[in-house]
Amino acid sequence: MSSVSAWFNGLWTDITLWFDDFSDDFYTVFIKKDRYEQMLTGLENTLIITLGALLIGVVIGIVVAAIRSSYDKNKESLKLHGGIGSFILSFLNFICKIYLTVIRGTPVVVQLMIAYFLIFVSVKDGVPVGIFAFGINSGAYVAEIFRGGIMSVDNGQFEAGRSLGFNYVQTMWYIVIPQTFKAVLPTLCNEFIALLKETSVAGYVGVMELTKAGNSIAGVTYNYFLPLLTVAAVYLVIVMILSWLVSRLERRLRVSER
Amino acid sequence: MNGKDNILIEVNGLCKYYNGDKIKALDGVDIDIRSGEVVVIIGPSGSGKSTFLRSLNLLELPTHGHIIFDGVDICDKKVNINLHRQKMGMVFQHFNLFPHKTVLDNMTIAPIKLMKIPKDKAQTYAMELLERVGLADRAANYPSQLSGGQKQRVAIVRALCMKPEVMLFDEPTSALDPEMVGEVLDVMKNLASEGMTMVVVTHEMGFAREVGSRVVFMDGGKIVEQGTPSDIFENPQSPRLKEFLSKVL
Repeated sequence: MSSVSAWFNGLWTDITLWFDDFSDDFYTVFIKKDRYEQMLTGLENTLIITLGALLIGVVIGIVVAAIRSSYDKNKESLKLHGGIGSFILSFLNFICKIYLTVIRGTPVVVQLMIAYFLIFVSVKDGVPVGIFAFGINSGAYVAEIFRGGIMSVDNGQFEAGRSLGFNYVQTMWYIVIPQTFKAVLPTLCNEFIALLKETSVAGYVGVMELTKAGNSIAGVTYNYFLPLLTVAAVYLVIVMILSWLVSRLERRLRVSER
Repeated sequence: MNGKDNILIEVNGLCKYYNGDKIKALDGVDIDIRSGEVVVIIGPSGSGKSTFLRSLNLLELPTHGHIIFDGVDICDKKVNINLHRQKMGMVFQHFNLFPHKTVLDNMTIAPIKLMKIPKDKAQTYAMELLERVGLADRAANYPSQLSGGQKQRVAIVRALCMKPEVMLFDEPTSALDPEMVGEVLDVMKNLASEGMTMVVVTHEMGFAREVGSRVVFMDGGKIVEQGTPSDIFENPQSPRLKEFLSKVL
């Protein structure tokens, strides 16, 4: 009987000791010298870069996807009719292809460092450069996602729109694009999640984002456990919130499939 | 009435080549389609009948030739084809209803956006048409909730909402279950009896015989023979048509 209570007493002492250690660590890592503020700044910068890059990425994505799919859909009539419009579209399509190849063929860290150390040498703040670099990078992936969505809509839809008298742009806008949203949304959400996590390399150009904040706290306090797990948990929570929002949106878009 | 005996569509030397000039889907088609006529096009698969029909509203761009619709050569690059397509309704084999819109929205989107008709007016007219094909109670449904025959009837009235001068039918019953063919053909018969100009590509020989004012037999991208249904079915001239009829009748 007494051995059991001794075991419990021992366990209790261990737990209290662990809690003492934990609160000490917690104090050093987050409270002392207001280090939690570093984390908050990191979180803020991560979100700013992600959202800014997403915006740029979606805009670039729409433009590039519009050019690429217009070219693909009108290849035949362009060949027949020729003219300056055909030349311009072929040229734009060519530029887009180069953009996609280069951006998707090189690592985002390298692109980021090129942007910071070679292109925007005079800009000392890494955040706008990060938004720019990640935006350009994301645009390439978003463009292919949108283009895939547009091409996945049955050509009969396009023909039905044209046969009613809609022009190319109206057919795209009223008939094809609304149908692509549903198909594109999960992949677009994936891209957003990937982007959020990719911004963790912005530390390479001196941006105090979430990962860098955790890492630098760890470096100063010699405690890697708490800062890194906290950083991981914060990313996880953001991604979970995002996934939840998207799944709700998907459910609302699914109305026409009852 | 443009003097020339009510000719609505005049097709001259229409050619459609693929792969350079190797494949000739259409090889010099000439035909006049008059107002109020029901022209039924029959022929074996690969004979160019669908390509011909789809050329009439330039869904297929002809390589050579002219299509004069309402006195305008719509093959001319300077012509705004979108305006002319508004006057040519088209019905497809696979219906091509817009899945993200209700039946009513499918029908009213073009009149509202293109002809700038007020929404309530467009909807009233659409409901009238739905009533006529017996689908008024389906107005709020999405296409995925309809049967094939219902979808095709909606597709027909969607095209009618633009008040077209001619209706083009591209094998409208080929994708339907046999028991649903009748309901679609009935709608087309009614349309014909109301005097609508129709060009119909079909395998329904019964429909061609009963409703067609003229039957056109195509093969190898050319019109081989044409005439009244009784000419074509009772008294075929060319060996190719005789062979075709012996297989399908």
